[in-house]
Amino acid sequence: MSTTSIPTNTKWWNGGRSPFNISYGKVMMWYFLMSDAFTFGAFLISYGTIRFSVNHWADPNQVFNAFPFAGHANLPLAFVSLMTFILIFSSVTMVLAVHEGHKMNRRGVEKYMILTILGGLAFLGCQAWEWTHMITGDHAVLVNGEIEKWGTTVTKNPWGPHVMHEGQLVSTPGPIAFGGYFFGITGFHGFHVFSGVIINLVMLIKTRLGHFDQRGHYEMIEKAGLYWHFVDLVWVFVFLCFYLV
Amino acid sequence: MSSNVSSPEITHTPEHASGTGRIWKTFWVLSALTVIELGLGYFLYWKHGQLSYGFTLSTKLLIAALTLAKAYYIVSIFMHLGDEIRNMIMTIIVPLLLFVWFIAAFLWDGNAWKNLRNTDAGSRPAQTEQHQLHPVEKNAKP
Repeated sequence: MSTTSIPTNTKWWNGGRSPFNISYGKVMMWYFLMSDAFTFGAFLISYGTIRFSVNHWADPNQVFNAFPFAGHANLPLAFVSLMTFILIFSSVTMVLAVHEGHKMNRRGVEKYMILTILGGLAFLGCQAWEWTHMITGDHAVLVNGEIEKWGTTVTKNPWGPHVMHEGQLVSTPGPIAFGGYFFGITGFHGFHVFSGVIINLVMLIKTRLGHFDQRGHYEMIEKAGLYWHFVDLVWVFVFLCFYLV
Repeated sequence: MSSNVSSPEITHTPEHASGTGRIWKTFWVLSALTVIELGLGYFLYWKHGQLSYGFTLSTKLLIAALTLAKAYYIVSIFMHLGDEIRNMIMTIIVPLLLFVWFIAAFLWDGNAWKNLRNTDAGSRPAQTEQHQLHPVEKNAKP
């Protein structure tokens, strides 16, 4: 469909054309995302280093086993799977919006941008529930010979090794780093989702106002899409590092 | 079709299929990979404490490999990086190769740190393995 295919033996760097044959804006978005990947990578590797350096780490199947309205049912991996599928699906609607943009179909772009924004909001809602559930939890923890009820926060980790206490197996305080890494990294990711939703909202408004039709192309949707897919990409790794292994 | 209206310097726009078949196919691939990851995750959960350390580690590495496959599909198809010209792909992929060394070096260091702690910097043998030290209660009350 493109009018011109890449000429062979083109001297890309001689001026007059974009060396990578894509627009400046898209190249810079890619380089921003690469730097962001290093930021997230540094966080996750730091988390991995600390996790490797201690003898006991919280078991994700024990920590993340709750589901809204399911009471105390033991459902490991269930809620986070829902969050993962929400994000994958919103990535699909985003790429469909980009696809409609290539066809200059304003109605289609609007429809899929709305779906993408709804997906982002659903994910943020899930994360808000998960954080609230963790922070307000009350797990029996043996502290200085006394049973205390702890939630998971940046200063308290009730997921330490189990010991026998008065005939019962109870938890002891775990490495304090757990809450800091969990809330820090999922929070940084959640903030990316939040800003992605804002960017997508701006794009939706600009689409409705017909700005991209006047401009003659929907490249801004593509750039917003790159950011949104990156957020999904990071989640794939957060999902791996915090919930699966 | 006016495919390069955004700038006269750009002579090429990636081939955009008229249909959405490739997008949905990628969606199903990503979903299937996620379901396999979850299956392996549940397998590790159910067999907790019954598997050897090496087997558990290999399963976790397999899950990590599946995650990399998902990352490949997202970047290559959803982000259309696979449709860009080779030079562009390389400026993104080559710097990311630093991660190979970052991950190896830092996890190695974390493990070395643990050994130093458990052996008082090598002055005594380590007591026991971690999974024998802390038997994790199964089906623990939340």
